[in-house]
Amino acid sequence: MADNEGKSMNPVTACVAVPGVGAVVREVVARHGGDAHELVQILREVQDRCDWISPEAIDCLAAELRVPRTKIEAVAGFYSFFYLVPRGAYRVLFSDNITDRLAGSAGLKSRMCRNLWVEPGKVSEDGVVSVDLTSCTGMCDQGPAMLVNNRAITRLDDARVDAICDLIRNRVPLDDWPAEYFRVENNICRADMLLGAPVPSGSAIKAMETRGAPGLLEELRASNLRGRGGAGFDVVTKWSLCRAAPGAEHYVVCNADEGEPGTFKDRVLLTACPDLVFEGMTLCARAIGARRGFVYLRGEYCYLLDYLEGVLARRRAQGLLGKSILGVAGFDFDIVFHLGAGAYVCGEESAQIESLEGKRGTPRNRPPFPVTSGYLDQPTVVNNVETFAAATLIALNGGAWFAAVGTPQSTGTKLLSVSGDCERPGIYEYPFGVSVAQVLADCGAGDAQAAQVGGPSGTCIDASEFGRRIAFEDIPTAGAFMVFGAQRDMFDVARNFTRFFAHESCGFCTPCRVGTSLLNDLMDKLARGHGSPYDFAEIEKLNLRLRALSHCGLGHSACNPVLETIAKFRSTYERRLVHTQYVPAFDLDRALAAARQMTGREDAGAHIGEAT
Amino acid sequence: MSSFKFDGREIPFVDGQTILQAVQAAGQDIPHLCYHPEFKPHGSCKLCSVRIGERMIASCTTPAAAGMNVESDTPDINDQRRTLLQMLFVEGNHFCPSCEKSGACRLQASAYELQMMSPHYDHFFPDRPVDASHEDFLLDTNRCILCSLCVRASRDVDGKNVFAFSGRGIHTHLIVNARSGRLGDTDFAAADKAAQVCPVGCILRKRVGFAVPIGQRPFDPPPQGE
Repeated sequence: MADNEGKSMNPVTACVAVPGVGAVVREVVARHGGDAHELVQILREVQDRCDWISPEAIDCLAAELRVPRTKIEAVAGFYSFFYLVPRGAYRVLFSDNITDRLAGSAGLKSRMCRNLWVEPGKVSEDGVVSVDLTSCTGMCDQGPAMLVNNRAITRLDDARVDAICDLIRNRVPLDDWPAEYFRVENNICRADMLLGAPVPSGSAIKAMETRGAPGLLEELRASNLRGRGGAGFDVVTKWSLCRAAPGAEHYVVCNADEGEPGTFKDRVLLTACPDLVFEGMTLCARAIGARRGFVYLRGEYCYLLDYLEGVLARRRAQGLLGKSILGVAGFDFDIVFHLGAGAYVCGEESAQIESLEGKRGTPRNRPPFPVTSGYLDQPTVVNNVETFAAATLIALNGGAWFAAVGTPQSTGTKLLSVSGDCERPGIYEYPFGVSVAQVLADCGAGDAQAAQVGGPSGTCIDASEFGRRIAFEDIPTAGAFMVFGAQRDMFDVARNFTRFFAHESCGFCTPCRVGTSLLNDLMDKLARGHGSPYDFAEIEKLNLRLRALSHCGLGHSACNPVLETIAKFRSTYERRLVHTQYVPAFDLDRALAAARQMTGREDAGAHIGEAT
Repeated sequence: MSSFKFDGREIPFVDGQTILQAVQAAGQDIPHLCYHPEFKPHGSCKLCSVRIGERMIASCTTPAAAGMNVESDTPDINDQRRTLLQMLFVEGNHFCPSCEKSGACRLQASAYELQMMSPHYDHFFPDRPVDASHEDFLLDTNRCILCSLCVRASRDVDGKNVFAFSGRGIHTHLIVNARSGRLGDTDFAAADKAAQVCPVGCILRKRVGFAVPIGQRPFDPPPQGE
């Protein structure tokens, strides 16, 4: 790359009249006040304009932000949606959640690659388009889905894929594509306290101002509200610890990263009732003494940005954000959006804070915890979208009202993102304690053999357990609920999840970085028919290692899908264990595939041994 | 002075010391790769993991606390450490017999110490080119174990940021501060702290490879039969 300085332009953008990379970088950096903490946002905006992060762009960024180029390259290289090599003017990413696969995404991707004469994962010869996979895009109830230049497209079928190929071939700008491709439905199938009753903007803040911040915390205590992101940490404890923690500034972070495959309830909550969420953040700000808040919105949902900015603008005009909220001197708070860029691990709160600070999304060593040392090492509350929305209702209606719903340990309601083999996929809001069987009946899942609750890192529930309940004390979940009908092979489900963890491991710690890939390779080995009972023992051992030694929850739970499906659907594995003795993963005939492809040979002489 | 139990022995510590620091100060040790006493603990290799109660924790980043009961040198914990070493061996391309760091390499020494008899897992055989562009140093990332010592040394001591990690997951890799991607185009110099800290044979000084003969290197075993 050293000897083509200055001419490393994307062949596509190079022929369109766009400002030089330097001008784009200077403009974007200026808009962010030259602050390197904004690096992830800056990279996103530069790439939106230039199609990739070229070496020239990195040099400009390093100069403008006065940071070493290693820092830019380190951060850009971490996030899936940033490209350090050209990926074309149209960057197509098929959502690779198991629900997309069940709906036929693999065939659609092959169809597109065939239509466009492009190899999966590579850029077309003319440099116009690339077609690849991405982790679940949160459109499981209306898949198969894809992203084109980070814009979500839903309900793919043969006709839509063919039409998109034509649009790409004719270089039609994305803004001129049919609007219905980008239509995203809320699909609210069951509404309760959060989705059912509209709350007038500002009413919860007014209610809090009457009670005062300590009064709000009392109501939160009475409500027994627990975090909705999955871990279920007590909300009043988190807010109280942060309130008490010394720091020049305090911060509120709304975790809208929603990366767990099969989860899309935060998308719907932010679309259907964003005021509930922003109001909850404002309450939190008042309670902990924060003047600034962030919404960490996953990059897959960037299409929501304009809409949500509009909501914030209205709230500012209503006196519900900004200086002296509701006329109360000193009640100053405002919210900014920070978009993710394709990294599941950034849903972990300390990794999210790193990302907010413009760094690689590596989970921090804890303690200290974010409540005392979070964003810029200041006390920070990080809560899920749904948690803030629930806090708004508690401020308005009181803790006792909230605690009357659900179970004693799991108060209130839970939004479930239901997808997979059912007649009515979508969002279901239930009081905590609802049984799996009830959810299955409501969504029209007649012949379900299993439900994956809580996504790949959650729990696989088989038919014998459908009486179990959604609650912190039984099946805790951030909200994913994927249904698998009797015709599905649960091995494929586990393999999809294993691939997901290997792809999303941040790479910081040895056990997760290497172990998730080893597990992925083991599953591939079983899929190829090279498995033996010895491989079961290997999987078990890897699980013990990852669980004990990994740095964060990603590694801890990476083996769950495989172990649970082995325990509950053993026959699907046994069918693949064709050998009773150990068989190495290496396959000489398969290793020759590259040579066969290069020489165009497929005759018997180009194969070795009894290829299976 | 407060103390905690380490494999049954009392280890004194002062506030602010991590478990590993206190153990080393008391003349004991815990296997480790990414820890270096001169830098802020990082906690990524996990080789120094120890057990407290039911939990395994990285001893290099966990503060010592009075009364804790730390287990380290047990067959089960050493078995876990062996797995980590095997993972590091198969992740990169480590061919000890042809590596000039042999005998002075912490990865190799740890593998001997923990009696790792085979890599166990299938090798990844990653394709990593060797960078010989620098006048005085060879950068062979085939042997990089992502301990980040060079990253920390260059950033925190040398103030140069010659090294960093890019990529993610199994694709995490060492990069250098040059548009060309070549070490020779950075301001990396022999006097840098980052030139002294590589625990494996990734950052190698040129022309001194076998100045110390095999057999006389820091981790070479003493001659047998004496």
